[in-house]
Amino acid sequence: MSGSAGGKPCKPRQDGRGDRAANGRAAITVPDDAPIFSRRQPWTPVAAVACLAILAYIFWSLSQNPVIDQEVILEYLFKEVTLRGVAVTLYLTIVSMAVGLVGAVILAMMLLSSNWVLSGLARLYVWIFRGTPLLVQLIFWGYLGIFTPNLSLSLPFIGTLFSVPTAQIITPMIAAMLALSLNEAAYAAEIVRGGILSVPRGQVEAGRSVGMTQFRTFRRVVMPQALRVIIPPMGNQVISMLKATSLVSVIAGADLMTNMQRVYSQTYQIIPLLVVASLWYLFMVSILTIPQSWLERRYGQSTARSTPRRKVRRTVAANSRATGLVGEEK
Amino acid sequence: MNTEPLVSVRTLTKSFGHKVVLKRISLDIAEGEVVAMIGPSGSGKSTLLRCMNHLESPDSGCVLVGGAPVGYALKNGELHELSDRALSYQRRGIGMVFQSFNLFQHMTVLENIVEGPIGVLKQPRAEVYEHARHLLDVVGLADWADHYPSQLSGGQQQRIAIARALAMRPQVMLFDEPTSALDPELVGDVLEVMRTLAREGMTMIVVTHEIAFAREVCDRVVFMADGEIVEQGEPGKVLAAPQHERTREFLRRIL
Ligand SMILES: Nc1ncnc2c1ncn2[C@@H]1O[C@H](COP(=O)(O)OP(=O)(O)OP(=O)(O)O)[C@@H](O)[C@H]1O
Ligand SMILES: [Mg+2]
Repeated sequence: MSGSAGGKPCKPRQDGRGDRAANGRAAITVPDDAPIFSRRQPWTPVAAVACLAILAYIFWSLSQNPVIDQEVILEYLFKEVTLRGVAVTLYLTIVSMAVGLVGAVILAMMLLSSNWVLSGLARLYVWIFRGTPLLVQLIFWGYLGIFTPNLSLSLPFIGTLFSVPTAQIITPMIAAMLALSLNEAAYAAEIVRGGILSVPRGQVEAGRSVGMTQFRTFRRVVMPQALRVIIPPMGNQVISMLKATSLVSVIAGADLMTNMQRVYSQTYQIIPLLVVASLWYLFMVSILTIPQSWLERRYGQSTARSTPRRKVRRTVAANSRATGLVGEEK
Repeated sequence: MNTEPLVSVRTLTKSFGHKVVLKRISLDIAEGEVVAMIGPSGSGKSTLLRCMNHLESPDSGCVLVGGAPVGYALKNGELHELSDRALSYQRRGIGMVFQSFNLFQHMTVLENIVEGPIGVLKQPRAEVYEHARHLLDVVGLADWADHYPSQLSGGQQQRIAIARALAMRPQVMLFDEPTSALDPELVGDVLEVMRTLAREGMTMIVVTHEIAFAREVCDRVVFMADGEIVEQGEPGKVLAAPQHERTREFLRRIL
């Protein structure tokens, strides 16, 4: 292979002109090292530059806009009221997501149950909690005290075990968690169910045939494989949940959004404080996607990888003639 | 020597809906015996095999392995289905190899093999790993320990599946058409492993369409059709001079 001078096209060889193929058509002579040029796409860079220009203009005009007061933004970005709100939002998201997931697995197993009462109840649950607005559910739990002033447990013959005022137990924080996790369970149940169904039946049979109990088969064989299917949409759920926490302002939670609203209802710096909130939400979303990509890598391994995980270590084959396949024990 | 059969199928009946798939099947298999089950598609071979480790539950009759009914406990002449735990315990002694391999896709080859002995039998890790590597050597795949099933050919996967079943040190091995999902050139390696196993005295029940394997390796051939055992006996006799028209017809078609 001889290299031609950096990218300069060669002229066709003059002496190749008279070549003729056997069938009489003129044959083309392609030089061995003819340089190749890709088709030009002149409009792509133009479009890119145009987009950048528009973006720059938007940022410039925003920065010039007196309503978006950068000083206010900077002032509130790390103020205590903001940071407290961030902490509450993260806490609400993580706890509600965790509780919701547990509920989702239980619901998914009920949905897949062959007992029609169990599957019917699970379907009813999913229907109600997915079919009504989250806002309504939040308000319901937040104002539960109106429906039932006291939470009590009474058993026939035994009498009332305990009775406490609802408001004392269902604080705004508890109400928020209840609403968010019960709602999340309904959505995630469908995702978990889909994940479980994606694992072929043969995997369960294989697990059972090496002596695993049903639960062990579920935990060691079905769930790890279902997770591959479950994790990506669950990442979406986490992000939705993070932003859904902003709805708890209606029951006087103390999350980021509620705190910001409280401040701007007094200072009227609405836009800058909304910018502060958005910056924090963006930051939290970015943080929360880290575990997702980690989990995806962890559970996607078996299909994604083409190289073995560990270095192969050969053991010396046993020298004995018999391979000892058949156990002695009876 | 005990003369009790290791596996004993007693008037086993099984239907799916209205379709009777097994009709009062009885079959005894001695320890160390290698039995081939052949027969046309839909004749109930897989169902019979699956009843032997209670992946299907029979409608009546039972299967005894090592003298105990599979999946049931005998109380006052009645068969009561075992608890999940007791059934799992029983299945330890019954190895099964599936047509579609069914290796655990999320585990490496080695993890597939040690999962049962470590997770279920709670045997010491070092011992289990040594045994697993030995089994990998036996099936000729020592270099593949750390690969995932999806990186292996069908024939390799099936040999791993055999190793996985053997790792439990079962009393009996059930094979449901272990080679029929394989490309022809991969069949030989799997059959070779099974041949070794047979030579070492493993009790094996093999549903297969590999007539040559049945003839050379098996002690007995059982021909099934329409949920019944039509005829059985030494491979040389059943395969060379079948007594029944159905057997003749079947053999004519697949040979
Ligand atoms: N889970 C099931 N539900 C309903 N019918 C079934 C089920 N499993 C098997 N059958 C039916 O039972 C009959 C016997 O099936 P089986 O799989 O035992 O046949 P086989 O002899 O193994 O056939 P093949 O050689 O095709 O594997 C078939 O008619 C099949 O349709
Ligand atoms: Mg079958």
